Formats: sequence, structure tokens, C-alpha cells
Amino acid sequence: MVEHHNAPPLKKYNMEVLRITTSGSVDDGKSTLIGRLLYDTHSIPQDKMEALHAASKRKGLDFTDLSLLTDGLVAEREQGITIDVAHIYFSTPTRKYIIADTPGHIEYTRNMVTGASNAQVSLILIDARKGIVEQTYRHFFIACLLRIPYLVVCVNKMDLVEYSEARFNQIVEDFQQLIAKAPFKAPSIKYIPISSIYGENLATRSEKISWYSEESLLEYLEQITFDHADSSHPARFKVQSVIRPKTDAYHDFRGFAGKVVSGHFNVGDEIISLPSQQKSRIKTIEQFETQLTTAEARQSVVITLEDEIDTSRGSMLSRPENAPSLLKEIDAQVCWMDQTKLVPGKTYLLQHGVNRVKAKVQQIQHVIDVTSNTILEDRKEMGLNDIGKITLKTAHPIFADSYDANPANGAFILIDEMSNSTVAVGFVA
Amino acid sequence: MTNKIQWEFPQALEDEAIYILRETAAQFERPAILFSGGKDSITIVRLAQKAFYPGKVPFPLLHVDTGHNFPETIQFRDWLVESLGLDLKVRYVQDSINQGKVQEETGKYASRNALQTVTLLDAIEELKFDACIGGARRDEEKARAKERIFSVRDEFGQWNAKMQRPELFDMLNGKIQMGENVRVFPISNWTELDVWNYIRREKLEIPSIYFSHERDIIERDGMYWPTSPFLNTTEEETPFRQKVRFRTVGDMTCTAAVISEADKLEDIISEILEAKISERGARIDDKRSEAAMEKRKQAGYF
Ligand SMILES: Nc1nc2c(ncn2[C@@H]2O[C@H](COP(=O)(O)OP(=O)(O)OP(=O)(O)O)[C@@H](O)[C@H]2O)c(=O)[nH]1
Ligand SMILES: [Mg+2]
Repeated sequence: MVEHHNAPPLKKYNMEVLRITTSGSVDDGKSTLIGRLLYDTHSIPQDKMEALHAASKRKGLDFTDLSLLTDGLVAEREQGITIDVAHIYFSTPTRKYIIADTPGHIEYTRNMVTGASNAQVSLILIDARKGIVEQTYRHFFIACLLRIPYLVVCVNKMDLVEYSEARFNQIVEDFQQLIAKAPFKAPSIKYIPISSIYGENLATRSEKISWYSEESLLEYLEQITFDHADSSHPARFKVQSVIRPKTDAYHDFRGFAGKVVSGHFNVGDEIISLPSQQKSRIKTIEQFETQLTTAEARQSVVITLEDEIDTSRGSMLSRPENAPSLLKEIDAQVCWMDQTKLVPGKTYLLQHGVNRVKAKVQQIQHVIDVTSNTILEDRKEMGLNDIGKITLKTAHPIFADSYDANPANGAFILIDEMSNSTVAVGFVA
Repeated sequence: MTNKIQWEFPQALEDEAIYILRETAAQFERPAILFSGGKDSITIVRLAQKAFYPGKVPFPLLHVDTGHNFPETIQFRDWLVESLGLDLKVRYVQDSINQGKVQEETGKYASRNALQTVTLLDAIEELKFDACIGGARRDEEKARAKERIFSVRDEFGQWNAKMQRPELFDMLNGKIQMGENVRVFPISNWTELDVWNYIRREKLEIPSIYFSHERDIIERDGMYWPTSPFLNTTEEETPFRQKVRFRTVGDMTCTAAVISEADKLEDIISEILEAKISERGARIDDKRSEAAMEKRKQAGYF
């Protein structure tokens, strides 16, 4: 007989990995920051360090350029810029960190959004000499749009402004004005003066910046807490496939393999399946040979039900009292990510979770000029890196929540059926 | 720096990998697991077993046999396939050589590492695989750090690093044109340590060459190379017997050994925690040039 186990304690499961993304304009020092943070936490193996020495030498540098740790492509090394997201890993006694090093160049904003979409923390770098620039606005806007819960404004290259407190304060003040105008609820924000190249205020507190008495970047990251399984979020389970072994031992087995999107489910809970709207109760929650009593957000499990109801790939299980509504007309913020422009009237494939439906763009309501935060109402099309609001009509309902209320169930992508490219990410209004 | 957390496997990584494998089964018609017999592909097989339980693993295994494998790896492969009731397809680099599609390299550093790409691409075409699941991890190498979870390859198997699809949240877009295929990397976010901690937690069997054993080796370029009929040695390179193990398992011609007494998983993990050299530091194939991996990936390598 299989034993009954309780799910791992909420806090630990969610705390074990922290995902971080970087943003900021070209050359603000994102890649250098990551390289230096890994260096200072002794996370770069000797052979990789030697490869960095050698590559720096080949470039004619008289120091070891730590940005080469993440700028791994030939084209990136030639140009000295980041083109695509690199994922870098390190761990401390507290937890495992996954850092996405994203490009600052506007042309590669879609890669920046890719890196940011799974992050709990966004590091926004600002060059102390330059202060807030156009990309700062854009990246701050995207961080807000994605509702990244923690934002760290790293005022970098403090060495080039003689570690000036006044300069730092000025940038903090400017940034606060930016927040005041933010169209969304601003995340929790921390300001840290740093020098990526010299490791000031990265892993440990800086002695050079003695007027700043708060945490270093790593100290700050170490104490961040968050809760994916936030109990205020409704229970959602997306069905990826139906498992029917049809073997003698499991003759009548019919399990729904999928992922808990948000909230949690218990054995015995009454559920409703969408789109069929049929109800049943959870008989078992299984994780391979283990029977669980609870499954929480982000867990991959198999759920069996008491009754045979109409449920298959793309269906969503939730509780009857707070089921998502069936949407066919959708207002959404979108970030356009393709060279070919968005044209009203065109049909795309909308993917929400694992569910795909045809969707027609009814209207572009507006495009936002993220640098001045002004709304442009008369735009007829959206191009690469534009952010705006559109209305979509879908061929079949989707079971989304508004992104604001439940981010894990509120985003979708648009796929161009001709090119198969992912052309946009959308956030249900 | 050793501490308790470094011995724990982050469960979130298994959940993520299982989700990816289920998406692969659902979005493609003929997905396959690229199986090398190394620890990463053994991990993938375990994840596939768990993802579809109590159903069967819905993917065949494809092994591109270079003919230069460690015999222990082949033995292990056949045992695993037998004991889990898996469907194994093997394609041989030797056949590609016989067909005149590739030429054997010569000289001291000759290996079949680059040759296997041709055999792989032929096998994908012949068996009509539209998705190939691999155990590559982003922490292994700087070009791999740039990979998506679903990585689209063109008709020639090529990776276009500058034109990758955006991948948002956990939404995976596996839609492709005829002739294209997708490489799937479910353990992208795992580190070497995560894999070992997982093998330990799941009590998985692995090929014996991962554990300390006596073997004839030679020293070349500061690394220890296993002697074999496939390694071309010079006269000065005299073999000697030494207790070693392998940290990564590729061909006998391009995998260096490390001197080690570790004969238990716990000892291997301790060793990794203290290691100053990265896992791929023992991969001779990566040392050919600064962009060795990126170039191989562009050509269709996984
Ligand atoms: N003086 C000084 N120079 C720095 C500092 N941080 C980065 N740099 C230099 O600034 C340049 C750009 O650094 P990167 O780390 O490549 O910048 P990035 O933000 O990753 O750039 P993109 O990825 O292209 O957007 C390099 O020459 C770095 O050496 C710093 O704290 N002080
Ligand atoms: Mg960079």
C-alpha cells in the first residue's frame, strides 16, 4: 500500500529557489554585476576563470572582464554587448539563485521580457554618471507590467562619481518621481549604490561607500521572502494530459496530469471543470508513487476525480465558488515582440497556459509611450517592442483571471500562424 | 562552504521538468529522448517515468553510438532499457562513415564527437522525430546558458542564437514548420549538483565509471585521458594505472578522468562541492576553441 504524505511545508518549497532578472540600458554594467557577484561568492570554477582571463587578454584588456562570463556568444563578445538572455546559477547557504542576464539594447527588449517573466526580483541598473535614461523608463514599466514583486535600483559605477552621496540621492529622488507616475501599483523598491567592477556593495558591504549603512545587494536578496502559493489566490489547475494506462493493474485509472497554477487543492475538495462546467470531487492527488493530501501552486501532479466528467488537455479545474469566468472578449495589455507588425483584424493563435484558441484582434485601444508615460490613442498598428492595450475576440472561451488579481493565470502569448513565432505577450486587464 | 542546503534537491526543479516533458508529449507527434547513458540522460528517463506514471514513458530513446563509448555505458544502457521496458533505437556513426557522409578524424586529438551530429540529423530525419529531448543544462557551458527550453532548429538542425523565440512564463510554443524540429531541455535550470542530489534522492543506478575504479590512463595537456583502442597516443605518452572516476561521460576519446577515491554518491557530492574545476573542464571537445560549443550547436549538435 502507498503511504500518505503531506505536501512539503509551504514556506520551504517556495523559498528554495529565487529567480532574479537584470535590466537597465546598454553598458550600465548588468553582465559585469553578475560576473562579479559570482566571483565574490566563489561560484566561478577555476577553469572558467582561466577562460575569462584568456578571453579578456585576447580582447586586449589588461583586466579580467567578468561580463564575459555571461556574454558567451561570439557576436556578443565581438560587440561587447548582451544579445540574448543567459541564465546563471549560484547558491548560498540560504538558497539557490537563478539570474537572467538580459540585454539592455532596445532591439532585444523581447529577450529582456523573456528573462523577466519568471523573476521575483528585478535589478534595475543605472549608470551613476548618466542617471535615468530612456531604457530605465521602459524597463521600469515592464517590471511594473509584469508585477515583479521586488525591485532593486542599483546605482552602478559609483567609482566614476567618486562615490558621491549627493549623486546617489539625486538619482533616488528622480526615480521616486518616476514611481509616482507609474500606471500600476509599484513593487517594493530598494536603492543600493554599487560598483560592479570593484564589487562594492555586491556580496558584502562597501567600505568606500561608508555613508550608506544599509544592506549590500546579496544581503538584501538573502532576506527576501515571497509566496507563490499565496492563499489569497484562487485554486487553478491546468490539465496537460489524461493518463489512461489501460493495463490490468490500472484498468479503470483516469488521471489528469497537470500543474497547479495558483492556490492549492486538497483531496476531497469539490471542483468544477472548465469548459464543461461539470462538477466532481478530488479522489486522489498523486506524485508518482506517492499520494499527497494537498497540492499547491507550481506543483506538477496527477489528480483523479470521483466521477467521470468531461475533462481533457486544456481544461482547467477550480473550485465552484471562485471559478474563473469564461472569456471570449478580452481586453489586455500586450507587449509586441515581432518584426512583423500587429494589424487589427488579423487572427492569431492565443495560448493561455496550455490552452490554444484562435483569436482575432478587434482593436488597438492605445499604445503607450513608456518614456513619457503618455497614451497614444490614434495608433493603427503596433511594432516591435511597443506596449499597448488591445481588444481580442476568441473562437472559444479561455479561463483566465485578470493579471492584476492572479498573475499566474492572467497572462497569454500570441502565436503567428504563418511563421509560428511567439509575437506577443499579453496581460488580461 | 559545505552546508545542509547543498545536499537538498530543490523540488521545484523536478516539478518544472515534469511539466516540460508533459508539454513535449502533448505538443509533438513523434518526440524522442536523446540518450547518451550519462547522468543527465538517466535523470531525464527518471523524470519521464514519473511524469506519465502510472502510464508508460511515451518516448522512444535514441542513442547515437559513436563506437567509442565506454563499454560500461553501453552495458548500463541495455540494462536500463530492459528493466524499465523502454523502446531503444540505436544509430551508428560507423554507418555514416561507411556511407561516406563523414570522415574519420586523424591525429592525436581524433574523436568522433563532431561526426555524431551527422548521424543524429540523419536519424531524426529517418525516424521522423519532431522533438528531441536532451539533458543539456545551462550551467554547463556559456553557449548553453543561452538556450531556450523549446529550442527550434531548422531543416539542417541549425541553432540560430540571434533569432530565438521569446519564452514567457511557463508557456511553451512548440509549433513548427514541416522539416523543422525542436530540441527540448527539461533540466535547463539544474546544476551539476542538483543532478547528483536528485540521483541520490531518487536512488538511481548509474554507470560504474562515475565511481572510483582502477584504470590505465595517460597524461596529456594537464588532463588524464583513459587509454583505449580509439585513442591515438605518441611514444612519450606512457600509460599508468591509477584510481580515477569520470565526472561526465562522453566518448572515451574526449572525456578526461579525475583522480578520485569517491566510490559512493555522498563522496561524489562532497567532491563536487569542493571542486575547483567545472564539469565541462573535463570535456576535451570543449577545449578546441573559445566558441567550440556554439559552433557545434549551430551545426545541429544538442
Ligand atoms: N568604472 C566602472 N565600469 C563599469 C562598472 N560596471 C561595468 N563597467 C564597465 O561598463 C561596460 C559595460 O559593462 P557590461 O557589464 O557589459 O554592461 P551591460 O549592462 O551588461 O550591457 P548590455 O548587456 O549590452 O546591455 C564594461 O566596459 C564594464 O567594464 C563599474 O561599476 N565601474
Ligand atoms: Mg550585458
